[in-house]
Amino acid sequence: MSLYEQLGGDAAVNAAVDIFYRKVLKDARISRFFQGVDMERQAAKQKAFLTMAFGGPNNYSGLDMRRGHAHLVAQGLDDSHFDAVVEHLGATLKELNVPDALIVQVAAIAETTRNDVLGK
Amino acid sequence: MAIIELEGKSYPCEENETVLDCLTRHGVQVPSSCRAGVCQSCMMRAEQGEIPKAAQVGLKPTRVTQGYFLACSCKPQDDLRIRFPDAEGLRMGARVVGKELLSHDIVAVRLVPDKPMDYRAGQFIRLFRDGGLSRCYSLASVPVLDEWLELHVRHVPGGQVSGWVHGDLSPGDSVQIADSSGHCFYVPDQQDRAMLLVGTGSGLAPLYGIVRDALHQGHWGPVWLYHGSHGSKGLYRVDELHELERQFANFHYVPCVSHEKPSNGMRQGMVLDVVAGDHESLDGWQAFLCGHPDMVTLGKTQLFLSGVSLSEIYADPFVAS
Ligand SMILES: Cc1cc2nc3c(=O)[nH]c(=O)nc-3n(C[C@H](O)[C@H](O)[C@H](O)COP(=O)(O)OP(=O)(O)OC[C@H]3O[C@@H](n4cnc5c(N)ncnc54)[C@H](O)[C@@H]3O)c2cc1C
Ligand code: HEM
Ligand code: FES
Repeated sequence: MSLYEQLGGDAAVNAAVDIFYRKVLKDARISRFFQGVDMERQAAKQKAFLTMAFGGPNNYSGLDMRRGHAHLVAQGLDDSHFDAVVEHLGATLKELNVPDALIVQVAAIAETTRNDVLGK
Repeated sequence: MAIIELEGKSYPCEENETVLDCLTRHGVQVPSSCRAGVCQSCMMRAEQGEIPKAAQVGLKPTRVTQGYFLACSCKPQDDLRIRFPDAEGLRMGARVVGKELLSHDIVAVRLVPDKPMDYRAGQFIRLFRDGGLSRCYSLASVPVLDEWLELHVRHVPGGQVSGWVHGDLSPGDSVQIADSSGHCFYVPDQQDRAMLLVGTGSGLAPLYGIVRDALHQGHWGPVWLYHGSHGSKGLYRVDELHELERQFANFHYVPCVSHEKPSNGMRQGMVLDVVAGDHESLDGWQAFLCGHPDMVTLGKTQLFLSGVSLSEIYADPFVAS
């Protein structure tokens, strides 16, 4: 079974999206990057993010991640912000009682995107 | 082989090909990102034909009922006629059958379209002043309750269209409108759910429609309507809404004034602050926000942080053109 399936597929994404995004918006370190993004589009984007981090179906390339976050890098997006997002991702999954072994795998997937997201 | 029709042109779709791939292959630009049915960048709308269920996964019910779908996940079995989501609706003529002053700066305009228009209370139409100049106005009327379309137009100082509506437009006039669009409306999929509707100024228009639509369709969960204005002279349909409260025990109407001492039955404060004071948790609620763009933006975040799910927030900021 793939990681995505073990986590529960799109039901897991749906369960995680509100919890995760509330954490992000309440975090003064990173909330500013999300201001001005329309909520409805945001819901879909957060789902896209979670689906990708959970190892689910997506066709994002490294280049897509670079392009998609370039405007944020221009606003100062750096490793500390990236770490904060990964932290909230882990805390969200913990809240949903996901076993630690799977959380580690999710964090590892997120980690593979670090250089692209941060435009390094 | 299914044929896809878009903007008057036909595109044959190969076996097992998605609408997105088909259109891209024919050189049509369609926004896309994940190409896996998650990011909703590729949303389009079907006007005719059967949409496979898989192409509507994750869309809001108000989108599904209107035939929206994700082009990257749509492998059509039948021919489809589709359009881009923001494409303007059908143009049609309409006759002004009534005009009534609602508050010091808001008028109600009643229109009867030349041919029957399929719409839902809370959606908006485009009203044309002349060939090119048009603005969006929300529908306060309910198809099964009202024989006309009703708009509430606030007079924006120096406003080209709202000024014309307030000044020149008169009963008997013929105007052009474009078909309804928007996804702020009631879907009776969970009639026990708690609903919160928050509007400022003429933002009451869509909410007035949605509330009456929901109650008359038998919604029995609590329905809370907050209408905010600077002063009491900006509140309108107050008697009608209090009457609705008497008629439906689950309906609560809360008029709010921000810059004036409140009188009978009104509450003092910015409308979102009054909401926050009344409801500590909005977990499981559905919310509608309409009117001033700043209020709508603030409200989306506030209500989301109070517990409303991202997928249950419907909003129409009345942004200037
Ligand atoms: C989805 C949607 C639904 C809408 N529904 C309604 C509705 O039900 N009722 C309603 O009254 N309006 C509604 N609006 C707003 C409406 O479409 C027009 O923007 C508004 O009537 C102003 O148009 P105008 O031609 O009169 O002013 P314009 O000629 O476009 O503007 C004149 C000047 O006023 C400024 N301005 C424009 N709007 C505002 C404002 N709201 N406050 C302060 N300054 C402004 C402009 O920047 C400009 O300087 C809606 C907008 C949208 C997008
Ligand atoms: C942890 C690794 C990350 C991954 C895998 C990731 C993935 C994604 C994906 C898939 C999208 C949607 C793109 C689309 O289809 O439009 C997106 C958008 C976005 N991401 Fe990330 N992201 C990551 C980290 C971050 C960080 C650290 C921030 C900021 C603190 C961030 C902020 C955003 C914003 C604001 C958007 C929306 C952009 C817009 O449309 O304006 N992301 N991300
Ligand atoms: S491209 Fe992301 S949903 Fe279709």
